Amino acid sequence: MDVTTILLLLLIGSIATFFAGDKLASKVALVFSLGALGLSLYLLNLMSQGANISYIGEWMSSPKVSLAFKADGLSMAMVLLTTALTPLIVFSSFGNSFNNSKNFYALVLFMSFAMVGTFLAVDGLLYYIFWELALIPIYFIALIWGNGDAEERKKAVVKFFIYTLGGSLFMLIAFAYLYSKAGSFLIGDLYQLELTGTEEFWIFFAFFLAYAIKIPIIPFHTWQAKVYQKAPTVGTMLLSGIMLKMGLYSVIRWQLPIAPNAAKAYMPILIGLSIAGVIYGSIVALRQKDLKKLLAYSSLAHVGLIAAGCYTLTLDGLSGAVSQMIAHGFVIVGLFFAAEVIFRRYETRTIADLGGIRSQTPKFTSMFMILVLASVALPGTFNFVGEFTVLYSLSQVNIWYAVLGGTTIILGAYYMLKMFQNVMLGETNTKVFAEVTTNEAITFVAIIAFLLFFGLYPKPIVDLVTPSLNEILAVINK
Amino acid sequence: MQVLITIVSLGVFCLLAEIFNLRKLLVPVTVIGLLAILGISLNLWAIDPSIDSNYASMIAVDKFSNAFTSLFIVLTIFLIALSGDFYKEHQTKISDFIAIKVFLLAGAVAMVSFSNLAMFFLGIEVLSISLYVLAASKRLDIKSNEAGMKYFLLGSFASGIILFGICLIYGATGYFNVAEIKDLSSGAGIPVWFPIGMVLMIIGMLFKIAAAPFHFWAPDVYEGSPSITTATMSTLAKVVAMATLYKLLSGLSSELIPTFEMVIVVVSILSMTIGNMMALRQDNVKRMLAFSGISHAGFMLMAILSLSTAAGTLLYYTAAYALAGIASFAVIIAVTRDSGNELTENFNGLGKSNPLLAAVLTASLLSMAGIPIFSGFFAKFMLFSDAIKAGYLFLVIVGVVNSIISVGYYFKLILAMYTKEPSAEKPAIPAVYYLVAVSAIVVNIAIGLYPSLVSHLLN
Repeated sequence: MDVTTILLLLLIGSIATFFAGDKLASKVALVFSLGALGLSLYLLNLMSQGANISYIGEWMSSPKVSLAFKADGLSMAMVLLTTALTPLIVFSSFGNSFNNSKNFYALVLFMSFAMVGTFLAVDGLLYYIFWELALIPIYFIALIWGNGDAEERKKAVVKFFIYTLGGSLFMLIAFAYLYSKAGSFLIGDLYQLELTGTEEFWIFFAFFLAYAIKIPIIPFHTWQAKVYQKAPTVGTMLLSGIMLKMGLYSVIRWQLPIAPNAAKAYMPILIGLSIAGVIYGSIVALRQKDLKKLLAYSSLAHVGLIAAGCYTLTLDGLSGAVSQMIAHGFVIVGLFFAAEVIFRRYETRTIADLGGIRSQTPKFTSMFMILVLASVALPGTFNFVGEFTVLYSLSQVNIWYAVLGGTTIILGAYYMLKMFQNVMLGETNTKVFAEVTTNEAITFVAIIAFLLFFGLYPKPIVDLVTPSLNEILAVINK
Repeated sequence: MQVLITIVSLGVFCLLAEIFNLRKLLVPVTVIGLLAILGISLNLWAIDPSIDSNYASMIAVDKFSNAFTSLFIVLTIFLIALSGDFYKEHQTKISDFIAIKVFLLAGAVAMVSFSNLAMFFLGIEVLSISLYVLAASKRLDIKSNEAGMKYFLLGSFASGIILFGICLIYGATGYFNVAEIKDLSSGAGIPVWFPIGMVLMIIGMLFKIAAAPFHFWAPDVYEGSPSITTATMSTLAKVVAMATLYKLLSGLSSELIPTFEMVIVVVSILSMTIGNMMALRQDNVKRMLAFSGISHAGFMLMAILSLSTAAGTLLYYTAAYALAGIASFAVIIAVTRDSGNELTENFNGLGKSNPLLAAVLTASLLSMAGIPIFSGFFAKFMLFSDAIKAGYLFLVIVGVVNSIISVGYYFKLILAMYTKEPSAEKPAIPAVYYLVAVSAIVVNIAIGLYPSLVSHLLN
């Protein structure tokens, strides 16, 4: 039993969903994504008992590419994030109806397949293929099932596609160059390479282009807000919950260990850019009138902090970053879902048109409130664990980084609470707000339960990822 | 040589079919005949090449020529399968058209199996003359006539330049035989005609593959010609010319002199950039593919830079490109067969009105753009990786930037298919288009999943 079974299951699920027909598609997709979650938990259990669940096989011999999937704590944590969020995202969309839903759900599962592949692959070219493969489904999801004016949506989505593809192609050059040096794409061989200073700089830079666009780090973020706004909520959740974590994960797995000296030399610039994203995102979020756009910019601010944590090159920074990736994945999916719940009833996402919902639906209000508080990293939620660890690691590098990065908590609290106030509080809205359905409530409760449980007891996740992060740090500091 | 002979006999059979009134059976019989020839060609694979190389030292069948010959036969099978419906209105001429296509294949095979420059020239003329006729084959259409005329004038000019180059090389070395010329070319005291002759031949071949700055004929000819001829030109003919250029250069001299390499780099960059820039502005799909073909020619030229090792890569790239081209042209012909033009508007809403064809076209465009899992990705990757090994990192960066630009126009078509509303009821489309389009894209994806199947053949 190895990790390829998860990939196979998701791929088969995607095909089965396509052939299940429009009526059954969503249920089939849910069954398969739950199956993938169960399977990954089972494999995690196997791994913790010491079983070897990695897989390596030959694919082609010239260029030498292997089907190499390695499962360690870090990649399993990310796989679990993906397989846990996918059923949630699928389930959350049960209240919507899509044209051609068999295609829609098949694409969702296919994207999940590609993202799991990205997290597991340890052969450069294989990893690159999965990385690009994840782009195609989200392109069509956002393009075909998105909302708003078709022309504007087209522009936003094409811009997104060309940006990300462009960045990734430079990563491909970097891989081709590394291959010409090492004669292999296997991550272990790439770690061993002795590169000169200039080589390392350019390799690092090529990787940086790919990841900075995906994450996104300032000034490569311009595609983000529009796409989040125009994509259907499921697409936004996939993008913000999982896909941008691909970029952050890749920083830890590929960029830092392959070019550690460049990472050390340019640390101030990298952390500076990341923190600039934190401040910029927070300030722009303050002025947003559209709920989804506000969440998009808040996401920009949060991932900026995560990226800063990664670039500290300390164990605390990396482990905080991983915790925060997981926490942010859950909380942002929850927040976008809250926006969707409101949209289903009021048909609008303009903050000014909302307000006065609280008195009509106390249940929804309290769940939304918990998510908002989790997003601003209130102690007791898992987000606090991640954000605090990252800020601590930043303070170890330079106290001013922590001070500037810490503004995310203050500014975040300000714009999130202001948003909550405008959306939920105030005089009772004249329009009726129907109570949340059971299905909606289940989604919220699952997310909140996760955030609170690991907020109070983060040890399992931290213990899971620490050994593999230590291995990576050993490579960085060799 | 058996392959060449059987192809020519098949061509003669096609002409005779007219007399025996076998028009209805012609296309299936030719396809079956070509499949048999493909079998012969594949069967030769294991045989020692030296046995088959002695027809007055005109033809040398080696692994390179064998692999490319098989690829050409596969492409011709697809093209002839499409012809049946395409020439439905011209039943009386169908045997001529099919026969010309088979003869074109014979020219193509001669072009990759020559061991003597006379044979090379013969091949190139057989191929070109067939194409001139096919370009002008829509007799009553002024645009088709213009395309044929233009192609003929410029093409024969290029043939003349090639011939001139051959003469100079003969003058310098005293041989037409490629092996003898190669021996002499590495020695000292070679007269200055030799490099001049080489340059002239390269120029002629660059014209045939439509690389910038010798590309001006391509867009007009592609647009004016009947779609099936455009498909032939942009897939088969381009691939043939590219393989021939590679064989010519690697056959005549063991290593390119640096000045030549510089020229190839510049031509490659120009082709990629000009092709892409112009493709962005087109609203006619055939013109767009013509310009995209120019940029692909630029990519393929990168293979020339690592002359001794890149044969496998070139085979892979040409196969990936040509299969994607066949798939997309099958869809284009199917969609535009009743509309009289090939504007992008014809594709509006294809995603709704005909999801299968839309998916095939999307897949083939993604392959041309170089998105993973389609073979176009590995093709580009191998090319880049070879070029980096040869020390041309800069060229690779230009290539990557161009790949990004190309996404812009490929996606224009994809956007039209999936975001616009279908204009009118689409008429029924014969099954053969589905068959060709789907099988071409399936082969494309198959060699994308197992690149070693193809890339290994020549290493």
